[in-house]
Amino acid sequence: MSTEPLAITDTKRDADDEHHDFVTMTIRDQLFGIPVLQVQDVLGPQHINHVPLAPKEVAGSLNLRGRIVTAIDVRTRLGLPPRSDDDAGMSVVVEHGSDLYSLIIDEVGEVLSLPASAYEANPSTLDDVWRDVTDGIYQLEDKLMIKLNIDRLLNFDNAQNE
Amino acid sequence: MDDLLREFLMESSESLAELDVELVQFEQKPNDKGLLGNIFRLVHTVKGTCGFLGLARLESVAHASENVLGKIRDGELKVTPEAISLILESIDAIKDIMATLEKTEAEPEGDDKDLIDRLNAIVDGKAAPAKGKKKSGKKKSGKGKTSSGSDDSLYERLGGEDAIDAAVNLFYDKVLDDDHLQHFFEHADMDRLRSMQKSFMTMAFGGPEEYSGADLRAAHEHFVAKGIDDTHFDAVAGHLRATLQELEVPEDLIIDVLTVVEKTRKDVLGIADATEEAVTAEKVTVQEVAEEAVNVDDASETESTSQSSIAKQNIRVNINLLENLMNLVSELVLTRNQLLQMVRGKTDSEFAEPLQRLSHATTELQEGVMKTRMQPIGNAWKPFPRIVRNLALELDKKIDLQMLGAETELDRQVLELIKDPLTHMVRNSGDHGIETPAERKAAGKSETGTITLNAYHEGGHIIIEVTDDGRGIPVDKVKAKVIANGLITEAELEGMTEKQIQQFIFKPGLSTAENVTNVSGRGVGMDVVKTNIEKIGGTVELKSVEGKGSAFIVKIPLTLAIVSALVVESAGERFAIPQTSVVELVHASGNSEHTIEMINNAPVLRLRERLLPLVSLRNLLALDDVDQSTGEGEGEGDERDSFIIVTSVGAYSIGLVVDKVYDIEEIVVKPVSPILRNIKLYSGNTMLGDGSVIMILDPNGIAAATGEIAIAESQATDEAAAQSARGDDRVALLIFRANGPEPKAVPLSLVARLEEVEVDNIESSNGMPVVQYRGQLMPLVTVSSDAEMKTEGRQPIVVFTDDDRSMGLVVDEIVDIVEDKMTVELGGEKPGLLGSAIIDGKATEILDAGYYLSIGQRDWFGTQGRQGAFGIGGGAKQVLLVDDSSFFRNLLAPILTIAGYEVTVVDCADEALSLREAGQEFDIIVSDIEMPGMDGFEFAETVKSEGSWQHTPLVALTSYATPKDFERGRVAGFDDYVAKFDRDALLTALSESLAMTGDAA
Repeated sequence: MSTEPLAITDTKRDADDEHHDFVTMTIRDQLFGIPVLQVQDVLGPQHINHVPLAPKEVAGSLNLRGRIVTAIDVRTRLGLPPRSDDDAGMSVVVEHGSDLYSLIIDEVGEVLSLPASAYEANPSTLDDVWRDVTDGIYQLEDKLMIKLNIDRLLNFDNAQNE
Repeated sequence: MDDLLREFLMESSESLAELDVELVQFEQKPNDKGLLGNIFRLVHTVKGTCGFLGLARLESVAHASENVLGKIRDGELKVTPEAISLILESIDAIKDIMATLEKTEAEPEGDDKDLIDRLNAIVDGKAAPAKGKKKSGKKKSGKGKTSSGSDDSLYERLGGEDAIDAAVNLFYDKVLDDDHLQHFFEHADMDRLRSMQKSFMTMAFGGPEEYSGADLRAAHEHFVAKGIDDTHFDAVAGHLRATLQELEVPEDLIIDVLTVVEKTRKDVLGIADATEEAVTAEKVTVQEVAEEAVNVDDASETESTSQSSIAKQNIRVNINLLENLMNLVSELVLTRNQLLQMVRGKTDSEFAEPLQRLSHATTELQEGVMKTRMQPIGNAWKPFPRIVRNLALELDKKIDLQMLGAETELDRQVLELIKDPLTHMVRNSGDHGIETPAERKAAGKSETGTITLNAYHEGGHIIIEVTDDGRGIPVDKVKAKVIANGLITEAELEGMTEKQIQQFIFKPGLSTAENVTNVSGRGVGMDVVKTNIEKIGGTVELKSVEGKGSAFIVKIPLTLAIVSALVVESAGERFAIPQTSVVELVHASGNSEHTIEMINNAPVLRLRERLLPLVSLRNLLALDDVDQSTGEGEGEGDERDSFIIVTSVGAYSIGLVVDKVYDIEEIVVKPVSPILRNIKLYSGNTMLGDGSVIMILDPNGIAAATGEIAIAESQATDEAAAQSARGDDRVALLIFRANGPEPKAVPLSLVARLEEVEVDNIESSNGMPVVQYRGQLMPLVTVSSDAEMKTEGRQPIVVFTDDDRSMGLVVDEIVDIVEDKMTVELGGEKPGLLGSAIIDGKATEILDAGYYLSIGQRDWFGTQGRQGAFGIGGGAKQVLLVDDSSFFRNLLAPILTIAGYEVTVVDCADEALSLREAGQEFDIIVSDIEMPGMDGFEFAETVKSEGSWQHTPLVALTSYATPKDFERGRVAGFDDYVAKFDRDALLTALSESLAMTGDAA
């Protein structure tokens, strides 16, 4: 998927400093971002049907207005401990190939427009799994936002060819 | 891609497919003028369109073949197979070019000079003067008329070439300025269009009767495709009128011109009705021929006319649009189901009636939309006449292909999937089935063989029969091949019916064609056909009578998108199983007639005197989570109430154990997400009425997942069949119980005595319980290592003797001695277990007495082994045994020691390699394959690649001994490959490998 991130045209901004819009989300207090054009939907807690034998990252499948969506638990995908039972989390629906995936995260935040100048590649000390599924880091005033790479996030163990 | 180009490609590929069929027909009926007219028109259309789009290379090839066809049409050339072949060849060339065009949007490099030269040579062969010129007689005559310059022709009156040039240019300027007309000219080659328009006008105005409508038609066709209609035509005519007025052409002349143009209206707008068009064209030029053509058309070409009149009512709809529609309908069906579920059980609901109507409408809508996906199977058959023709030429046979029921419709998805298998079957029939004319004559048949394709509906299925009247499947040849391939032994074949033997052609690696042709005979094929058909839920059946012919009967479901499925539940989760693969449902409970019996944790069900292997869905899908207290009781399946879904996949039947069975529902199959696609147990997923998403189980996948069971079973039954064929071998069996409630049995002939010994008399020696028996020490062996002996009272034992040695098998209770057929139904996986059989009406384990003897008296087998060790002479040989399982280390080390080897045991490959580093030498290495860390294959590769053990023979030891594993082992460097439980084979392998290296040294 090569969705060109939306460039904000603002006369006051420096033309070189392109801004990209991100849907932000938190997982275990860490801020993550997905380019806004890749996000189809934001969902509250959903009833998810378990899929036996599926990889552990696959939480199951759910029915989103007549389309079957595969739910991915991003916590598991990132090697984090599961949420507590009373916290169902929220989901961000993205399209990958022609299929929809629902990424279960803790909480969806606001949409941020971030300048390219705030972007940096991943630090080399980042955990291997994290480095694999993320592109880089945006420096915000009070925290850091990690940009998720949907293609790689949905590519488990290279077991899939797509 | 350019719209125009895409349309051209789409249209032309259809025309070309039609051409394939029609040319072959034409070859057989060279006098069919209607057919020829149609062919000519098709080629001409392709040529014209290419020219219009500026595709020079395509145009030149099409042009050259059109020349040949023109000659044939004019009766100047006879229809010969060579000419037809050449035209077919040029159609292939066109197809090739078009394929590139589709990919790159440009014609490929290079030219087709060779082909064109040959086409021209045919033309020249008869009539040299017409070379290279457009063939159609009408054009020439048109030109002739024009140049002769008839006085009153419009052409002259308008003012000749210059005036027309000016008129055309002005006319086009006007037309292009018109917003309504502009879109017709997008992407068109304007220069070309102008010149075509000029030649049209020149010709048309030369005299109205000269106009044939042929040349502009190609251009017009595009306008038609873009939706030109009467209004547009009026607008164009208006522009022409304005143009002429501007050029100060006299009014009466303008009227004349417009009259001529008006004549083309029908040509332009009626173009969709192409056949009629062709006929009209003929009519204008050659009156008498036209009459004939109409007659021919009406009489013998009903097919093509019906096709074209259908075409008039047809519109092209993008597949994606249909797919979307289908998806919407699917959702509607789901919502309907949901609503139905809500009012179900409520008798007085006010919704009941409207819902009923909604339900009806939905069903009809669903059927309607399904119909839009339906395509006549004839579409898949289009290439067949040509394939058969080529086959016949190549193999020097005479083959007639009959296609019945070509209009039978089926889902386009299914259609795509059966194309290849069908092609294969038709080729097979032509190649293997039909004999040469000489052979047929000798057999008293007509020289021409017939292949018949017949398609029809039956229930929710489509039946396609591929029948030939050829030589049939030669049973003897199949037999020989089967034996040569080692699929089955001669003895086993004896008991089979002809039909059973013929079914072997569906096994991989079998072809009865003696010579491998480029048509078939490579021995891959029918098995692929079978798997492909089974993949879409179909079956293929073979009926063949030697000497009379064969028939393949393919049965496939009408559609794959919406299927009836049985919804079941296991461990609180629901799954759908396609109804087509459900054979029956059995309710099993402790007190019903059917109970699940366990054979060493493998559940089986006795169903009509056969053992049906069972698979618990719970185990298969690892569903053991949450509140399932019953999950614990899995071991005692007979205690539980459960349902068994008997499914059959090909020849295998397997029972799926589930907790609950719901309704049969119409479900909409949706593909699973790519992430889950590698789980072979699912064929898709679907949404139920309540909105939940459930997985659709794939019976093929389940069979594959439980493949070992299934294969073992089929082999066992084959063996059983063979056994029963050899005669009713009734064996006296001793039935007893030991370590568990399941009955066990050994052949009575092996049993020496039944004894009971006082527990107090059991002593221990060499870590083994022994009793004094007839003055000797007799070891006691339990059925399995976890079985226990009685601690008090008398212990029943079964005594086996051989020579002067005895062994006692500790049992719980002697049950009976029965005489029954020992038909092993299921192979045993555990050492000491031969398999399971129905004995005296109960599932019974048959024990391997030899195994227990070897445990009891290790040197019993040692005597044989020792010969091997001595056989190679000179001292004790050093054996290195690598095995991670302590059980096998303990089992094998003593056997090897007794056999006269000196054994060094290690539990992993790394340890073995460290021995190598330490400089230890061995005469032979025996290694397990499955080991943690470095596995056997890797170990073998390491050993063989370097170091001091490079030439030490290696024997692989494994529980997986399929030919594939065997091969892999050989590649890795193993000299021999032995199944784990086969003591004799191991000892033989050791002595052989040693002997071989001895020889080599």
